[in-house]
Amino acid sequence: MTVSRRSDNGSLVKIVVTVKQVPDPNSTILLEPDNTLARDREVVLDPGDECGIEEGLQLKEAHGGEVVLVSMGPERAKDAIRKGLSMGADRGVLISDEQLAGADVLLTARALAAAIKPEKPDLVICATESYDGSTGMVPPMLAELLGLPQMTIAKKVEVDGSTVKVHRQTADGYQVVEASTPALITVTAGIAEPRYASLKGIMAARSKEIKQLGLSELGIERGEPGETIDGLADAEARKAGAIIEDDGTAVDRIIQVLAQAKVV
Amino acid sequence: MANVWVYAELNAGKLQSTALELMAKARELGDVYAIALGTGAKAAAATLGKHGAKVVHVNEDKAFDEYVAEPSADALAALHGQHQPDLILFAFTPDSRDVAGRLAARLGKGLISNASDVVAKDGGFVARVPYFGGAKLASMRANGKPAIVLVRPKSFEASESGGTADVKELAVTIGEGSKRARIVERVAEASEKVKLEDAKVVISGGRGMGGPDNFPLLEALANALGGAVGASRAVVDAGWVPYSMQVGQTGKSVRPGVYIAVGISGAMQHTVGMKASKVIIAINKDAEAPIMKMADLGVVGDALKIVPALTAAVKAKKG
Repeated sequence: MTVSRRSDNGSLVKIVVTVKQVPDPNSTILLEPDNTLARDREVVLDPGDECGIEEGLQLKEAHGGEVVLVSMGPERAKDAIRKGLSMGADRGVLISDEQLAGADVLLTARALAAAIKPEKPDLVICATESYDGSTGMVPPMLAELLGLPQMTIAKKVEVDGSTVKVHRQTADGYQVVEASTPALITVTAGIAEPRYASLKGIMAARSKEIKQLGLSELGIERGEPGETIDGLADAEARKAGAIIEDDGTAVDRIIQVLAQAKVV
Repeated sequence: MANVWVYAELNAGKLQSTALELMAKARELGDVYAIALGTGAKAAAATLGKHGAKVVHVNEDKAFDEYVAEPSADALAALHGQHQPDLILFAFTPDSRDVAGRLAARLGKGLISNASDVVAKDGGFVARVPYFGGAKLASMRANGKPAIVLVRPKSFEASESGGTADVKELAVTIGEGSKRARIVERVAEASEKVKLEDAKVVISGGRGMGGPDNFPLLEALANALGGAVGASRAVVDAGWVPYSMQVGQTGKSVRPGVYIAVGISGAMQHTVGMKASKVIIAINKDAEAPIMKMADLGVVGDALKIVPALTAAVKAKKG
């Protein structure tokens, strides 16, 4: 295992990557009739997190250091961490506690911050948003709780000594944003093509450490949730229209629809 | 009357349209105090007044333009120390998300993001949040005060209500400790001829387009129809097209007259950003794709053949 130490010349970086186990985005069954999440869905390491891990590994390869994966979830979330370890990350931390079931965004950020703080990372890498929640609110909360500057939606990251520079995607292009380490960044899925775990990597991951922490060890109490779901209703559904096979007349049908909508 | 704050986002000195959308809802919910920070804040205050702000707190410190999130969070936290709002509305945009997250964490409050509506209920606020691509609508109650809610762009229609805001200087000093993540350069990529958010027709491509080399087929159709080209998250993630073209949950929300989804399966991530379109046409090789169930017209076939033929037909029709 690589041993990391903070270094003033920046030759080594200690990187924490937050990871999450999510329902497989490729499966389509989402809800049971009673509005609960379908439980038998396959769960996978969030594909966005794979890109975060890849970026972390590339930075480690360029600068030396250590990549630590931190996750929150039930026991089975260890599988997601293990996958990241097999890609090459050094070790994992899983926050797991029954009291965290249904945790809101603030509690999630507080628990992650408590687990990350003692690691004293130079860089915290998060995905811009998770595949299941897709709200992207944990990273800025985490940055605030860790006292770090944040650079979100990075499509490119450069580390030079103690300076981190990112290309941050915007609605009409990108911004170049820089800060000194330690800092938190969120990366887009396009930042790096995740590597496949090699057989050697998979074997090595089996003996890598995954430390498990509960809320009491983190010194956190659950507290009142910031928000509560009052109800879940069917949204006004669009009614399905006609579905036609293209037998050569499809273009005419589309033109008819466009004409009705008065765009041709 | 409830005390409602609107974080009026400015970008490079320009008031964002989302701020005025929020104003339309905020003035239904209570007395509106808008906060405008950075270059252009005072000019924005006049506009915000016309849209119903009773008071606009402004500060034109350049730190708000130059540094990410922290100066704005400082200013809002300072103001929160003086006036306790019942509700703070943010737009669900990248910049406002960054600020809202930091502020909520600093205040130790929860927040509700990705909302499509906010209503007053039982002395507090309930936000409507689309889930599962908009198939379900959750009612989320904010337990703390202030309620912090981030609302999806295009959820409300901006309109002037007349009026003049009382403009107040927001007294805050931005310390060096908050000047950390610095924006050193803003780069505009090839600007679209028609803005995606404003286009009357949007043609979006997904993985079914086969590769980035086929996207010009969509551009040709968009040109013929006077529309704009969008994309699914999958192809943006794959690097085929820039993020500025992404339609969906964390991309842009659009509600054009006609939305043509080409080779897009219709994952909830995508549909939440386009389901409010008036007419949806889907072209996909898979008749079982979720997009087909919400399209007014679903065409099962080869997009790479249908799109060029459609472009030619549109051109012929328009003469």
